[in-house]
Amino acid sequence: MISNNTINKIDNKFLHVEKNSKTIFGFWLYLVSDCIIFATMFAVYFVMMHSISNGPTGKEIFQLSVVLIETILLLLTAIFSGLTNIAVYKKNLRCVILSLLINFILGLGFVSLELLEFYHLIIEGYSPNRNGFLSAFFTLIGMHGIHIIFGMLWIIVIIFQTLKFGVTEMIAIRIKCLNLFWHFLDIIWMCIFTFIYLIGVL
Amino acid sequence: MFGKLTLESIPYNEPIIMVTYSFIILIMLSVFGVIFYLKRWQYLWSEWITSVDHKKIAVMYILLAFIMLFRGFTDAIMMRVQQVLASSGNVGFLPPHHYDQIFTAHGVIMIFFVAMPLVIGFMNLVLPLQIGARDVAFPFLNNLSFWLTASAAILINVSLGIGEFAQTGWLAYPPLSEIQYSPGVGVDYWIWSLQLSGIGTTLTAINFLVTVIKMRAPGMTMFKMPVFTWTSLCTNVLILVSFPVLTLTLFLLTLDRYFDFHFFTNDFGGNTMMYVNLIWIWGHPEVYILVLPVFGIFSEIVATFSKKSLFGYNSLIWATIVITILSFIVWLHHFFTMGAGANVNAFFGITTMIISVPTGVKIFNWLFTMYQGRIYMHSSMLWTIGFLITFSVGGMTGVLLSLPAADFVLHNSLFLVAHFHNVIIGGVVFGCFAGLTYWFPKLFGFILDEMWGKRAFWFWVIGFFVAFMPLYILGFMGMTRRLSQNIDPEYHSMLVIAACGSVLIGIGILCQIIQLYVSIKNSRQNIDVTGDPWDGRTLEWSTASPPPVYNFANIPIVKSKDEFWRMKTLQQENILQSCIYSKIFMPKNTGFGFFISFFSLLFSFSAVWHIWWLLLFSLLSIIYLFILKSFKKNDHYIMSIKQIKKIEKNNKTREMHVK
Amino acid sequence: MKKKYFFKILLLIGIVLSLSACQSSLFNPQGHIAIEQRLLILISFFMMLMIVIPVILMTIVFSIKYSFSNKNAKYSPNWDHSKKIEMFIWIIPIFIISCLAVLSWKATYKLEPSRALHSFIKPIKIDVIALDWKWLFIYPDYNIATINQVVFPINTPIVFRITSNSVMNSFFIPSLGSQIYAMAGMEKKLHLIGNVSGSYKGFSANYSGSGFSNMKFRAIVKINNTAFNKWITIVKRSNHSLNTMKMFYYIAQPYHKYDIEYFSSVHNNLFKKVIKRFKNN
Repeated sequence: MISNNTINKIDNKFLHVEKNSKTIFGFWLYLVSDCIIFATMFAVYFVMMHSISNGPTGKEIFQLSVVLIETILLLLTAIFSGLTNIAVYKKNLRCVILSLLINFILGLGFVSLELLEFYHLIIEGYSPNRNGFLSAFFTLIGMHGIHIIFGMLWIIVIIFQTLKFGVTEMIAIRIKCLNLFWHFLDIIWMCIFTFIYLIGVL
Repeated sequence: MFGKLTLESIPYNEPIIMVTYSFIILIMLSVFGVIFYLKRWQYLWSEWITSVDHKKIAVMYILLAFIMLFRGFTDAIMMRVQQVLASSGNVGFLPPHHYDQIFTAHGVIMIFFVAMPLVIGFMNLVLPLQIGARDVAFPFLNNLSFWLTASAAILINVSLGIGEFAQTGWLAYPPLSEIQYSPGVGVDYWIWSLQLSGIGTTLTAINFLVTVIKMRAPGMTMFKMPVFTWTSLCTNVLILVSFPVLTLTLFLLTLDRYFDFHFFTNDFGGNTMMYVNLIWIWGHPEVYILVLPVFGIFSEIVATFSKKSLFGYNSLIWATIVITILSFIVWLHHFFTMGAGANVNAFFGITTMIISVPTGVKIFNWLFTMYQGRIYMHSSMLWTIGFLITFSVGGMTGVLLSLPAADFVLHNSLFLVAHFHNVIIGGVVFGCFAGLTYWFPKLFGFILDEMWGKRAFWFWVIGFFVAFMPLYILGFMGMTRRLSQNIDPEYHSMLVIAACGSVLIGIGILCQIIQLYVSIKNSRQNIDVTGDPWDGRTLEWSTASPPPVYNFANIPIVKSKDEFWRMKTLQQENILQSCIYSKIFMPKNTGFGFFISFFSLLFSFSAVWHIWWLLLFSLLSIIYLFILKSFKKNDHYIMSIKQIKKIEKNNKTREMHVK
Repeated sequence: MKKKYFFKILLLIGIVLSLSACQSSLFNPQGHIAIEQRLLILISFFMMLMIVIPVILMTIVFSIKYSFSNKNAKYSPNWDHSKKIEMFIWIIPIFIISCLAVLSWKATYKLEPSRALHSFIKPIKIDVIALDWKWLFIYPDYNIATINQVVFPINTPIVFRITSNSVMNSFFIPSLGSQIYAMAGMEKKLHLIGNVSGSYKGFSANYSGSGFSNMKFRAIVKINNTAFNKWITIVKRSNHSLNTMKMFYYIAQPYHKYDIEYFSSVHNNLFKKVIKRFKNN
């Protein structure tokens, strides 16, 4: 005879506890699909890297100093993402908001530097319409930049939600996903930094 | 103000299009009129449009597929007639720029708006029921995915009356699809409808993967899952990994066309061969996405109607997994003639051939399920037998084409066209019709008329062979695809036979419409009372027909594969029969999916016509809606024990009444 | 009785279809490459039949023998596993596919389009440029060009260099063998040979726009060198010439239907120049 207790346990198991792991797992799967988009874009870049027609090569246009600052900014976001996670665990509202804000500012700095880089290139005539290599370069870096902008938008929304609802379970899951997203963008940037900029200049 | 859109964009001087479009608008207005008259808007909105119930979403997907089937099939008949006329010295009734839009639209509609929605519809309906779950992992996303696909379908239908469609073939190879050679809006319509439906499909894949991995009933380990669940799992893995490539490729083509980038242009360093590679890296897994679920459907039907457990369950699963992995390393066989060299061609030729082995194993497994079984020739079983014969022929011609040296003379000929129609119609279409007949009672509570179902089958299968065997011959005679004018008269007789075949298929479709009408008329005599009309083997048959919104009042505990069959044969008491219930949390309906898709449609339309203010407005609306939705807290409602008891009692009394 | 009638009609249709196939370009090859390809198609077809025919027979036999109404047939409702059968259904297809794989591998190398043909006769070079919607043939060694007609002598290997001036096309003469894509900014080599004199149809096998259906040309294989040289002199008598790039751009404009045209002289290195157009800028 199956008891009332067992039935309750089974139903509970499937509804409350599982929701967290479903959302996180689902987000991981989304990251897989995003990863494949980036991987394909990298492949496109490597194919087009030498299609310079009569335009510049990577060596001529990459400014490693700017790229270094951008990298530091993103690495710092990794640290503050970690701090956000700890703040959530400790349910410290102030720290959560603060660390999220810092990440927003770091992201803003990163995007501004990139936009500046694009602006300078286009002014000098090295626009993406020039040749295949530049099309691929602008698109790959630009795609990453757009993801960062979405991340920044997400931070703003979460800040408002945390202020409204407090550090609840739902907010905790969302912040977890957000931090996964930032770490993912960090990793993509590492690949860009290494394979596009460094190898392009060396 | 309206970008490139002017009143001249409506093709006033094309009578065929004007008549067709007026017809479509007339039908739409009549449907709206009927709904108004019957005062059912509220019902439609709250029960269907905003529904997050996987069963209702499945119905909407399948309905969408059948509506688009009409347009796709009409395209086919028009092409056949034009080719008959053009090969007998006539100019025909379709000038090239119209014919070329038709064959492009035919391909896009059949793959993206008939086959994909059908397959996703079936996965939606059956997957949660088979694994003993209450719904999919993310019901809101499910609703959103459907409406995104529907918006894409609406976009492609808008292109018929406002502007034009792409004249490039269904995959729009550059440089023909670049702005220089296709300056009109056609390719842009193509890009955006594929992007919209592609995003919907990718979200579906994430949804189903989480569902299968995280929401199986307790005791259902991976190797106790039904075969349809397994094939759906593999399909969704394929979608998750391949659709991002399509998304990116379309995006790159968009950049080329809108912002003068040089990914695929002829000059300034563009690389058209790269597009061909990228699009087929998506394209080949896509055809397996279509066919794997259908293999699952046939597995279920063969076992049920042979009254025998499926032969070689383990090897079927491993064969499916092997096909999933191998489907990523065969893509070059779609363009052997692009001249990659003998090394590359030979490698891909071999890998393509290897894929036929696990497919063959599956066919033998189904045959040996029939062996020493008790086969009941229900129309679902007829479709299965039709599939086994037709698909084998198609597979054979596929292996033939996989030899690069043979492909050099057969590529892009009507032999190729016959091959892929052979496997898609013989495989996907027959499978979906079989699945429809099989699961219709589960969805709607009554059984489809058998007589008309059998008639539809015979017309379809005979019509298919009469329509496509001549195409194989024409391929051998050297006729290439996509011709519309001045066709060599020696091809005329075969083209006439092919046209007759397509008329037979049309009669088959007519039989299906009649079948639906007759079944609805006689629905009271054909009610499925027990929920198990075919003496099924898997868990979906343990629910009522149609199942209550929560599927299972008590989640079953699974002890083996074919759990329902085991329960029936061993007469063991199961939690399913327990009358002790607890509250159930169900997701609330929501209109956000509909509105987000509406603005996505607006976004795509304004992107096509370069109406930049509308584009920005739609984009901001979409973002705003997402943010608004994320602030909503109570998205669940509770079904009380009293409500559940009432529903369960109702279903049981129905069962007893008929007995 | 009805079934017998049905199968008789099926057989009749099959015969009619097969007879039509026999007149086909692919089964009446006129050149060495196409002959090899026909053999390959036939061999692999019959090898595949070794699997497909048993499958179709089993389907029909099983559905009749084990049908519900046939109460005499053995019924084993729980028999769903047999190592022996599993072994067979994996090994036999693997074996047949392995044989086919060897065949495929060898044929792919042998019939690779860019592979030169062995012959004691000196090959003739013909450059092919796909235009909208016609084919331009340049004979660099003879300094002539033609549109929509290519002529060469019997048993002479031809080295085609193929490119396009616009979108992707595919150069194809079914009676003589392989096709290959014509792409802008790129050169693709194709080796063919005609072993029977005659006039064969050629066309583009990749959709390239609204004039695609009319993108047809004739490939004429002359009975001997004398006849071929005679044709060259006829072409040289034409009062059209393709001496300037300006003239080239003029004929390269999109036309939906283009007749045959002869040019008595060709701009030097026209083929390479057309490819280079897309490289620089």
